[in-house]
Amino acid sequence: MRLNYPPNVKIILVPCTGKVDVIHMLQAIQKGADGVYCVGCLEGSCHYNEGNLRCRERVNHVRELLQEIGLESDRVRMYNLSSGEGPTFAAYATEMTEHIRKLGPNPLKKKPKGN
Amino acid sequence: MIVAKRKPFDEIMDLTKDYKKILLVGCGTCVAVCLAGGEKEVAVLAAELEMGRRLQDNPVELGSTTLERQCDREYLAQLDKTAGDYDALVSMACGVGIQFLAERFPNKPVFPAVDTCGLAVNQDVGWYEERCRSCGRCVLGITGGICPVTMCAKGLYNGPCGGTNKGSCEISADQPCAWNAIYDRLKAQGRLDCILAFSPPQEWKDTTPRTLLQPGYKKPEKAKA
Ligand code: SF4
Ligand code: SF4
Repeated sequence: MRLNYPPNVKIILVPCTGKVDVIHMLQAIQKGADGVYCVGCLEGSCHYNEGNLRCRERVNHVRELLQEIGLESDRVRMYNLSSGEGPTFAAYATEMTEHIRKLGPNPLKKKPKGN
Repeated sequence: MIVAKRKPFDEIMDLTKDYKKILLVGCGTCVAVCLAGGEKEVAVLAAELEMGRRLQDNPVELGSTTLERQCDREYLAQLDKTAGDYDALVSMACGVGIQFLAERFPNKPVFPAVDTCGLAVNQDVGWYEERCRSCGRCVLGITGGICPVTMCAKGLYNGPCGGTNKGSCEISADQPCAWNAIYDRLKAQGRLDCILAFSPPQEWKDTTPRTLLQPGYKKPEKAKA
């Protein structure tokens, strides 16, 4: 299956979305990513039982943290699919890219850092 | 263990807004176990503060460290060389650790990043329930191992009160009556006589900070100092 998805999406592989921590998503935004999304297996079909559910909790927590900080919480999202769904993966990548384009670039990129 | 919860981000931002160079100090013991102020939570707060301040055009330079414990001098001493480089310190330890840190560096403003919430059991990862208010005169021996100070809304040493209602406390149907639970447990153990034992009033008033000196650890040579 050769499917196209937007080239701006940088994929970071993890053994299970349960490995994704709050700090990983926060630091991606801190370093200038315009958006972050986690793609986990369908709920109820995690090989490790609860990895994708934990990821969802953490995504929700990061969304709250971003709002507190003053950034759009919707820069971070969670998607689910089964591992056989290549076209859905590509569709999610396109959806997320379009969604982030509407939000515009990460405002942090224009802001100078403290030393 | 001692449990704490992270303070709201806005409160921490407000407390620290005037400082340009801040050291975040985590604690690797109780507050790390209850996921409020260990190394990981320091990293999250650092990322939040760095971004939050940048967005407000008030960038901050942050240092992060997590000491084994903040309630022990030997660990606080690890900051003696570095604390001077910062305008302010933010502690993620319990109230005890925060105060000991502030005492060690009396010229530095020290700010709490957590609210200390008591002595609690670990029900599950991220789920803690208070069980003891460190009253200093434990009555668990006659209450079937259920703490009336913590679990009873009125903290009664001699209960129940007249409001006990079919297992619930009078404050709410959802709140179990501690003294009812004490009764049930003592009854099951055949020790109901214990509930008649009178506990004298606790001297809550005029309390001063308590000092604990364990027998066998006194230092007679220091008595005159
Ligand atoms: S009576 Fe309750 S508050 Fe007092 S020491 Fe015992 S458990 Fe703690
Ligand atoms: S109803 Fe029970 S728990 Fe509530 S205040 Fe009275 S004795 Fe305490």
